[in-house]
Amino acid sequence: MTLEVLLQGLIGGLLMGFVYALIAAGLSLIFGLMEIVNFAHGEFLMLAMFATFWAWALAGLDPLLSLPLTAALLFLLGIAVYHGLIRWILGAPMLAQIFATFGLAVFLRSAAQALWGVDFRLVKDPLVSGRISLGGLFIGLPQLVASVGALAAFAFLYWLIRKTETGRALQATAQDRQAAALMGIDTQWMFALGWGIGAACVGVAGGLLTIFFYVFPDVGASFALLAYVAVALGGFGNVPGTLAAGVVVGVVEVMSGLLIAPTLKYVTVFLIYLAVVLWRPQGLFGRF
Amino acid sequence: MAPALRWGLGALALAALLAVPFVVTQPYPRHVFISIFLYATLAQAWNLLAGYCGQISLGHAVFFGTGAYTSSVLGKELGLTPWAGMVAGVALAVALSQLIGYPVFRLRGHYLAIATIAVGEIVQTLMLNWDWVGAARGFFVPIKRPDSFVNFQFHQSKQTYYYIALGLLLLALGVARRIERSRTGFYFRAIREDQDAAASLGIPVAAYKQRAMAWSAGLTAMGGTFYAQYILFIDPESVFPLSLSILICLVAVLGGVGTLWGPLVGAAILVPLSEGTRIYFGGTGKAIDLLIFGALIMLISVVQPGGIMALAQRGRRRTG
Repeated sequence: MTLEVLLQGLIGGLLMGFVYALIAAGLSLIFGLMEIVNFAHGEFLMLAMFATFWAWALAGLDPLLSLPLTAALLFLLGIAVYHGLIRWILGAPMLAQIFATFGLAVFLRSAAQALWGVDFRLVKDPLVSGRISLGGLFIGLPQLVASVGALAAFAFLYWLIRKTETGRALQATAQDRQAAALMGIDTQWMFALGWGIGAACVGVAGGLLTIFFYVFPDVGASFALLAYVAVALGGFGNVPGTLAAGVVVGVVEVMSGLLIAPTLKYVTVFLIYLAVVLWRPQGLFGRF
Repeated sequence: MAPALRWGLGALALAALLAVPFVVTQPYPRHVFISIFLYATLAQAWNLLAGYCGQISLGHAVFFGTGAYTSSVLGKELGLTPWAGMVAGVALAVALSQLIGYPVFRLRGHYLAIATIAVGEIVQTLMLNWDWVGAARGFFVPIKRPDSFVNFQFHQSKQTYYYIALGLLLLALGVARRIERSRTGFYFRAIREDQDAAASLGIPVAAYKQRAMAWSAGLTAMGGTFYAQYILFIDPESVFPLSLSILICLVAVLGGVGTLWGPLVGAAILVPLSEGTRIYFGGTGKAIDLLIFGALIMLISVVQPGGIMALAQRGRRRTG
């Protein structure tokens, strides 16, 4: 194994890592706000990918061009899910919440299968394709665009949460929802907004992934699993922490596929995750 | 309810369940009963750990698969009767549970749930790649003739499977009832309600979590062996998947966690529900059955987040 191959793997892992991080960020934001793990997160991603695919298949819109549309669509979906389902289980036990979002996952996945079948679909001839060569290393352009896009979305999310009035209101709600309500913050709207933004994150990630990834009803499952790991690794509710954790997950996945065996790459990811939480139960950057 | 009345009702219910195979003679309705008993057993096993002790595991398929594979592999390689295989499966699952529990029980809440998912995924991936036990191809349990209790195979009728599944359920209920009323059960609930307070009162928290895990894993493994002998084919996709872990949890949550009868109630509702939607809406290849199933799960969690048993308890409080 040469150094070049290792570097190649490292770059591939980094690029995927940013996309994982964006998926995980949505999950983490929702958790930080109301301590609910969205087990339908992978299905949100799947819907975003289908939306992107159909925009291309029916209207000829390239995945990059339909990106704002997909993000807006998922934002609305997140708000709808909050008002239709989550609002009613806010005070329920953790198990009932798992139950509810899992039911939503089954529902969305089956709905996709009923509407569009189980075929694997792929966008042909996207705007960006091919690869660039960088000192003997090859970088796939779609992957590069996806990771840059994910990183930009992440930066926007960070700015939104840290620097804007709405973001401060979100943070206040996450810290203490009663105190926030007393300060005149509409916490119901903040929760809905959190679901909207969380879903919009996977909207962007799904749109970017569709440039080079197959779309099918079960596509969300493996991404969601990695996102859960990234969220726990970064610390539940810690959005910047998920960026680092997403990159760790991406790099470990690709490198262990290279060094150990492709079939065992997820085993390595999960083992590393377990090792980290044993050493720091609250995740790399989490607080209890 | 007076104790005498309670015992009388219990005896009556048991007699009715024992008589079912004489009335229900078609294979398919019997299969539904067997599935209810199996899932009730699994959910009760999960309930011991998650319901009473408050440690939510989303990786219980690991123990189910361990039970299924251990008895099947031992049966094929050594010609061991599945009953001995079941004992070995339980022993292995318990050992595995302690090995898993030691690290993961340092975690709490969602961190614990995600960690158990990770453990489950690791084990499933390893099984998918372990060639000696068939890897992704799966494992056929060798067919033995004639039907006999020693062989744990009954090809002529499902009647014996029915009684074995019922026996497993009664065992799980018995264990849960004993634990519920013992000092161990009180310790479990104390840990569930407030782990730190329990520790400050001198309860060895880690040891008792491990104890709950051991009982839970052992009973789940018995269910796994039963499944392998009932279906006679196992593969990692059927006995180790995350969806099975979650289904076990759903059954218990639907019925009511931390209650003796919740898992049985949950299975008695969920199994016919999923079978019914599958019969009426399945077969189109369009997953309409799962669509309805998912919608119902959401509806139940909104309307009745404490499970069916919470409804019953509320009713009792109102009348009493």
